[in-house]
Amino acid sequence: MAIRSDVMAAGGAPTFAQVAGETVRFILSELKPKGKMLTPFNVITGVIVLAGLVMIVIRFAYGLGAVSNLSQNYPWGIWIGFDVVTGVAFAGGAYVLCFVVHILKFKKFEPIVRVTVLNGFLAYVFYAGALLLDLGRPWNVINPIIGNAFGLSSVLFLVAWHFLLYMICEFLEFSPVVAEWLNWPKARRILMGLSTGAVIFGITLSTLHQSGLGALFLLAPTKIHPLWYSHNIPVMFFVSSIFAGLSMVMIESFFTQKAFKDRIGHELHAAHDSILLGLGKGAVGALFAYIFIKLIDFVHYKQWVHLNTPMGYWYLFEIVGFVVLPTALFLQAIRTRNPKLVQFTAFLTAAGVILNRLNVSVIAFKWYETVRYYPSWMEIWVTLTIISMELWVFRWVINRMPVFVETHEVVEGQPAEDADVITWKASDS
Amino acid sequence: MTISRRNFLKAAGTAGGVLLAGGANPARGAAPQTSAGGVEFNGMLIDTTKCIGCRACEEACNEANHLPKPIVSFDSESVFEKTRDTTTGAFTVVNRFPNPKDPDKPIFVRKQCMHCNQPACASACLCRAMEKTREAAVIYHKDRCMGCRYCMVACPFDIPRFEYNSPTPFVWKCIFCNDRQKRGEQPACSEACPTGATLFGKKRDLLEIAKTRLYTEPDKYVHKIYGEHEVGGTGWLYLMGVPEEKLGLKTNLPTTPYPELTSGFLYTVPLVFVLWPSLLIGLNYLIKESKESKETEETEEKEASHGNPE
Repeated sequence: MAIRSDVMAAGGAPTFAQVAGETVRFILSELKPKGKMLTPFNVITGVIVLAGLVMIVIRFAYGLGAVSNLSQNYPWGIWIGFDVVTGVAFAGGAYVLCFVVHILKFKKFEPIVRVTVLNGFLAYVFYAGALLLDLGRPWNVINPIIGNAFGLSSVLFLVAWHFLLYMICEFLEFSPVVAEWLNWPKARRILMGLSTGAVIFGITLSTLHQSGLGALFLLAPTKIHPLWYSHNIPVMFFVSSIFAGLSMVMIESFFTQKAFKDRIGHELHAAHDSILLGLGKGAVGALFAYIFIKLIDFVHYKQWVHLNTPMGYWYLFEIVGFVVLPTALFLQAIRTRNPKLVQFTAFLTAAGVILNRLNVSVIAFKWYETVRYYPSWMEIWVTLTIISMELWVFRWVINRMPVFVETHEVVEGQPAEDADVITWKASDS
Repeated sequence: MTISRRNFLKAAGTAGGVLLAGGANPARGAAPQTSAGGVEFNGMLIDTTKCIGCRACEEACNEANHLPKPIVSFDSESVFEKTRDTTTGAFTVVNRFPNPKDPDKPIFVRKQCMHCNQPACASACLCRAMEKTREAAVIYHKDRCMGCRYCMVACPFDIPRFEYNSPTPFVWKCIFCNDRQKRGEQPACSEACPTGATLFGKKRDLLEIAKTRLYTEPDKYVHKIYGEHEVGGTGWLYLMGVPEEKLGLKTNLPTTPYPELTSGFLYTVPLVFVLWPSLLIGLNYLIKESKESKETEETEEKEASHGNPE
C-alpha cells in the first residue's frame, strides 16, 4: 500500500477516486500467485481442476447423464451425498467455535476462530455451491428466493434459504479480516459491530439447516434402510455436525501447522496442543450425546432385528468403528493429554461422518434394488475439482489476510505495509 | 369409461345398508375425499381383474400428452416379456404378472402416478413446481422447476422421471390429463379403456363401487382397496385378485400422509428462530457481566494488595 502512504505522507486527504484506484491496484497485486508455481500440490490439483472443468462443461452441454451414474432410481448421488450433505456437516466447526468463543467467551479458542470461520465460509461457497452442478435447471435456483414460487412446506426450501443467509452471516463474521487486509479501519469497526448479531443469527441458522439436511430424508421412510431411517435424523445430523465440525477443525490445524508455519502467530503456536485437547473434549461430549440418541433409536425402532444381515454388519462397522471407537480414543487422549492421538482420532471421527452421511443419502438409500448406484469416475473427479479449488482459495486467503493473528487495533493513518506488520502489532499488543 | 349415475345406484343398491354405513362412517383417520376448498376429489379405479393388457391406455396417453412414438408398437405383446417402468416418454405402462389362481390368465397391472391426496412430491418441492390441484391432479409447472429431483427422492411410488440426457431437463409424469379434466372431459386412458378396468369418477363414488365389488364378489378379490389408506390415501385406487406384492405394487407403505413426516420438523423452525437468539443473547449478556465483574474484583484485589504495605 505504498502509494496510499505517500499520499498520507504528503499531508493531503486522499480523494475517493484515489482510495478506490489504490484498493483496486492493491487487490490486483494480491491476486498474483506467491511462491513457487511448480510444487507437487500445484501440479496435481492443477491437472485435477483443468480436467474437472472440462467435465463440468460436458455436464452443462449434454446433461447430468453424460458425466454421472445417476438414474431414475437414484436421483441423488455423491454430488449431493458427499459434496453438499457431508461438506456442510464439516463446515459445522464455524458455528460451534463461534458459540464457544463469542457467546461462552472461552478465550482459549480465539486464535483459531478466524481460520475456522474462513473454512466454514469456503465450505458453503464451494460445497453448497456444488449443488448448482447437480441441479438440472440451475438458473431457476433463484425461484424460491425471489418469491415467485415459495414452497413453504418443503424442508429443502428452508435449507436453501438458510444456506444463503448463513453464507452472508459467515462472510460478515469473517469480514473484519478482509477489512484489515484492505486496511479499512472504519469499515472494520462497523463490521466488528455487526459480528455479534451475525454470530447469534448464524448459530440459529446452523442449528436449523444442519438438522434440516437430515430432515430432507424424513420423506423417504420406505427407501432408507430401517437402521438409518429415524424420526430423529434431524437431531442426529445436528449433533453429529458438532463433532464433524470440530474434527474438521483439528484436521485443518494438522495441515495448516505444516503448510503455513510462517503465517501462524506465536499465540496459536504456543497454545496449539491445549486447543487440540479442548476441541477433543468438545467432540467427545457431542459423541456421547450422539451415541445416546442412537441407542434410543435402537430400542425404540427395535433395530436389533436387522443386525444379523449384511446391512446390519455395515451398520455395526459404522457405529462401533467410527463412533464408539473414536469416543474411547478421545477419552484416552484427553486422559493422557496426548494431542497427537486427538488429531488421529479426529481423522477417524471425520471418516465416520463421511460414512454416516453417505449411508443415509446413498448407500442405505434403496439398499433393496438389484442395480445399485455407485459414482462414476467423473463424479468423483469433479468432487476432487471442487475440493482442489477450495484449497486454492483457502491458501490464497491464508497467505494474504491476517487469519491466524488477531489484530486488536489498526491505528488509522498508520497503514500496515503488509500482513507482517499486522502480525508484529498483534504480538506487540 | 365413466360411471353413469344409474350404474352407480344399481351397484350401490346391491350392497345395501352395509355399504351406506361404510360410506357414512369412514374409519378413523381415513383419507379425506375432498380438497381444502370442499371440492370433491376426482379419482380413478383400476380393477386389475378386468384388465386385458390391450395397452389402449398407453396409446391414448401417448397421444394426449404428445409423447414420442415408442419403438415397439402399442399392438405388440413382446413388451410384456419383462417388467417395464414409466419413463420420461411413457407416463403409464401396463405390466404382465403370472396369475397364481389360473396360469392361463395372466394379470395385467398399470403403473402411473397415484395422485396422492397429500403428495410427497408437492410437499418436497421448494418452488412449488409439483402442485396438487383442487380437483385431484398432481401437476408439474416446468417453468418453476430447478431440477433438484427431491420429488423423486420423496415419491413413495417412484414416479417422477428426470431427463438425465438433456442440458435443459424437466421432470415428467402422469398429470391426470389435467387440461382435459378442466374442459370437462375424462382422462385419455379411461376414455380409451374398452373393459372398464380404468374407471374415472368422483373418488367418493369410486370407493363405494370398489367396496361393492369386494362385498358382492368376495372370492374374486383380495379384500383390500390399494390406495384407500396408503400414504394417507391416493387418488387412484386398485382392486386386486391377488395380493399387491405379486402385482409389482409397493407393499411397505405407511398410512401416514407424507407431508406429516416433515411437518413436525418444520413447526419447530419458528420456535428455534424465536428461542435460540433470545437464549444466545441472554447467555452472551450474562457471561459478559460475570467476566467483567470478575475482572473488576481482581483489579480491586490487586489494588488492595498493592495498597497494603503502605
